Amino acid sequence: MNTIFIVAHKEFRDGLRNRWVLAISVMLGLLAIGIAYFGAAASGSVGFTSLPTTIVSLSSLAVFLIPLIALLLAYDAVVGEQQQGTLLLLLTYPLQRRELLLGKFLGHGLILAVATLLGFGVAGMVIAVSADTIEPAELFQSLGLFILSAILLGWVFVALAYLVSTVVVEKSRAAGLALLVWFAFVLVFDLILLALLIGADAATAGSWLPYLLLLNPADCFRLVNLTGFEAAQAYSGLMSIASEAIARPSLLLGALSLWIAAPLALAVWLFGRRQI
Amino acid sequence: MSDVIVFEGVGKRYGKLEPLSDLSFTVAEGEVVALLGHNGAGKTTSMKLILGLIAASSGTVRTFGGDPFGANTDALRCQLGYLPENVSFYEQLSGREVLTYFARLKRTAPAQIGELLARVGLAAAANRRVKTYSKGMRQRLGLAQALLGRPRLVLLDEPTTGLDPAATRDFYAMVKELRDGGCAVLLSSHVLPGIEPYIDRALILGDGRPLALGSIAELRQEAALPLIIRATGAWPAEAWNGNCWEGAAVDLVYADTQRLELKVPAGDKMAVLRQLSSSAAVHDLELLPPTLESLYTHFSSYRQEAAA
Repeated sequence: MNTIFIVAHKEFRDGLRNRWVLAISVMLGLLAIGIAYFGAAASGSVGFTSLPTTIVSLSSLAVFLIPLIALLLAYDAVVGEQQQGTLLLLLTYPLQRRELLLGKFLGHGLILAVATLLGFGVAGMVIAVSADTIEPAELFQSLGLFILSAILLGWVFVALAYLVSTVVVEKSRAAGLALLVWFAFVLVFDLILLALLIGADAATAGSWLPYLLLLNPADCFRLVNLTGFEAAQAYSGLMSIASEAIARPSLLLGALSLWIAAPLALAVWLFGRRQI
Repeated sequence: MSDVIVFEGVGKRYGKLEPLSDLSFTVAEGEVVALLGHNGAGKTTSMKLILGLIAASSGTVRTFGGDPFGANTDALRCQLGYLPENVSFYEQLSGREVLTYFARLKRTAPAQIGELLARVGLAAAANRRVKTYSKGMRQRLGLAQALLGRPRLVLLDEPTTGLDPAATRDFYAMVKELRDGGCAVLLSSHVLPGIEPYIDRALILGDGRPLALGSIAELRQEAALPLIIRATGAWPAEAWNGNCWEGAAVDLVYADTQRLELKVPAGDKMAVLRQLSSSAAVHDLELLPPTLESLYTHFSSYRQEAAA
């Protein structure tokens, strides 16, 4: 257990050292403030308007950015160490492969969590101070759920990045495959679902199609943040097919947790069998 | 002296590939053994077996009397240092931070880091990032890393590749220090010149098979390669031609009125030297025993022909 913390500590310090934490926080913070301010432009006005608009805008930003950042942060976790020769060396130290990967996950996870909390937290405070139409208590409740789900979403893609990193032997391939993963979950999956929706019998589709949304962590994240608001339905596009049955935050956060555990467990297993 | 490494009929197989077969040797405390061989001869595979990174397909491997691939691997690994080939470390960390990380993982006191850095000559660069280090400095950092926690066995994989002659000499001086401290050292190399004074025994590998094992003197005897004797002086032309060597099997390589070069079997060395030193015409003598390089060439070509 101690070994896991040693690895995690090193990874987190790397994140501070090469300014990942700073870069992610500043980027998320600025984009969040910008998008919250201009989010209502479609309705003819700018400025911080209603809470649903703000959360909807923030989650459509996060659903693209967070997975990309997480994949970039973690795609070379295994293959990068192998290429610089340190993996072979680390494995001759008294540490298990499982401990190495879990330590890295803890470190990368912490980098992402701190950066997300800082970036969106500061943005939230700016919104709270400057928007007189938004009730602070309500804002912080919704924003809290939003940040929690954004962190979980980031961890899902860190775990997926490790999976990518353990199955390839070259760093460049890992980068390519990571982008493919992002593309598949963030864009392609919804298009396929849309095609199914159009093709399926409208009367019966409503009963099984919503559950397919749980197969995509990005959609789980969207649902967590959209279903709380009646007004959000107008902006939520595909999310409107989600029925009451699955639109419960506890179920969705549970699904996200499962999406972290499964790829991580698979990555640990594959890493254990990897030929060094 | 107890044996730190024991190999008994060890083989490794990956499907149809067999990078190592039927290798037996031991390394004792305070002994420096060189693994010599071309690329793919089985040097790195042997090291991975000792490190417990892979398991042997046949035979037994023992380090410190235990199975390196077994349940008490962690305990064995705390007593062992390893410097892999081509390790570049973490570029964004300083030398001191790299060592601190590895010291923590090895569960050893971080107090030794300053002393280790000074010992490998990196004290002045300790707080600079590894990114700014030269190849030689990285290799010295690698050695410092291998020495964390006072290991009783150190494995060095091609440690002097890319080092200049002065850095190479420094490196081997540190290896000698380790040996004098009772540490067993196994180093692999294909850079042969200059390592003879620093090694006790050499194991020559070819295509995963052991070709020869012994001290330099033993290998010379086994190979029975001729020595080269060079003489300078002033003598009439044709002075050394013909049968003036009293039956010694001398091979005349070069001769003019001032210089002479002979190939002489080891057994006839003294006879020829007596002959030459008793002649007033000879001013200087030079004796060149077979180098490790020529021994290596001899064993790797000779045994492979025999196998074919």
